Amino acid sequence: MRHGFAPGRICSHWEDQMRILINGRTVDEDFIERVEEISEQNIKRCMQCGTCSASCPMEADMDLSPRVVMHFTQMGLRDVVQGANTVWICASCHTCEARCPRGVDLPKIMEAIRLLTLRKNKDAVDPRQLEATVIDEAPQAAMVGCFRKLTA
Amino acid sequence: MKVSYYPGCTLKTKARNLEDTAIGALAVLGVELVELPRWNCCGAVTSLAQDDLLHMLAPVRDLIRAKEQGSDKLVTICSMCYNTLARANLLMRNDAEKRDALNRFMDEEPDYAGEVEVIHLLNFIRDEVGWDKLRAAVRRPLTGLRVAPYYGCTLVRPAEVAIEPAVDATVFEKFIEALGAQLVHNPGAFDCCGSYQILSHPKQALAASAELLGKAKNKGADVLALSCPLCDYNLGKRQNELVADHGLESKLPTIYFTQLLAVALGLDSSLCHFELNHEGTRSLLEERNLISTVAV
Repeated sequence: MRHGFAPGRICSHWEDQMRILINGRTVDEDFIERVEEISEQNIKRCMQCGTCSASCPMEADMDLSPRVVMHFTQMGLRDVVQGANTVWICASCHTCEARCPRGVDLPKIMEAIRLLTLRKNKDAVDPRQLEATVIDEAPQAAMVGCFRKLTA
Repeated sequence: MKVSYYPGCTLKTKARNLEDTAIGALAVLGVELVELPRWNCCGAVTSLAQDDLLHMLAPVRDLIRAKEQGSDKLVTICSMCYNTLARANLLMRNDAEKRDALNRFMDEEPDYAGEVEVIHLLNFIRDEVGWDKLRAAVRRPLTGLRVAPYYGCTLVRPAEVAIEPAVDATVFEKFIEALGAQLVHNPGAFDCCGSYQILSHPKQALAASAELLGKAKNKGADVLALSCPLCDYNLGKRQNELVADHGLESKLPTIYFTQLLAVALGLDSSLCHFELNHEGTRSLLEERNLISTVAV
């Protein structure tokens, strides 16, 4: 399905990503505050162990792994985090949350980052692009779930 | 015995095989599932944002319907409905501020404070029927059928609504054994099938589905038992794509746990609506003489 907006592939993976500038001016404090407020999570608790990325069933296709999303969110890199496909490909399966040794509820952080885009009235999926056969056969739970998570 | 029952949208249409077998089988076990009046869609997924109360209204209204029935228990079968209703219920029980806000917003409804207990049918059978009574009710033991249980995500995560703690969960396993089937240990029992991402990122969801089906297949399962219509869509109805494009070596039929129950209790197989299942499910059961061969 075509995305309603084009996040682009800012970084394919940690190893081969472009250089990212981090200094006092690149830290978007408002982004950190909003993510923590909506998710009710303290993102500083994350110690970058990577258990979330190792547990994630969708990680292979993410621009930034869940661990890197946590890292860049801690650094307030709003554009990099919001430009990656990670939060849109997360299926809210809660495996990372179940395994996080620091008790970070990552699905809530993913949701907060999604909502910062959706609340600007930008959709990540366009229901009109669904194939007719899929609409005929897919359970309502798939459609309601998908549109709840990925549209404004 | 009567108990309030929330069906959810999918069970009324694309997963009739799940609902009809549950109602039919529970009747044999002496339980009447009493459908809630005026139920609405639960929302399928829970809002994970603390400032988004609006999406809690739908599941809470369903819980109020159960309270109005005078019930202290609400049984659900669909895994996603179970998760959504159980989490909304915990919010109403544990968060006084949000409970007040929601109750005031729905001022036409009676106040609700989490009085009803949301129970998945597997746990209901464990607690209210019991394995001994279930075993005694089996008319056609599923002898020799190698069944792998699949819990998926929403029956076991997050921990506060898990039907049993994921690492120690045995309810599905004991259910399968009570029906006389051969239990297959499934290392992918708690893996994610990709869920609703089947619509927005089908390639990734199908890859996740293929991987977890492969785990059960490698353990020698004949069939994968599940309780979620969305999992059944990804793992069962889209399975031909998993074999063609995603490295699943051979097919593995999927079946709802309630269909296994209906077959074992000797109910007429027309109740099972196998036409709504993965294409191999009916033929597998016919081969094993668990259902009679009928012209489709």
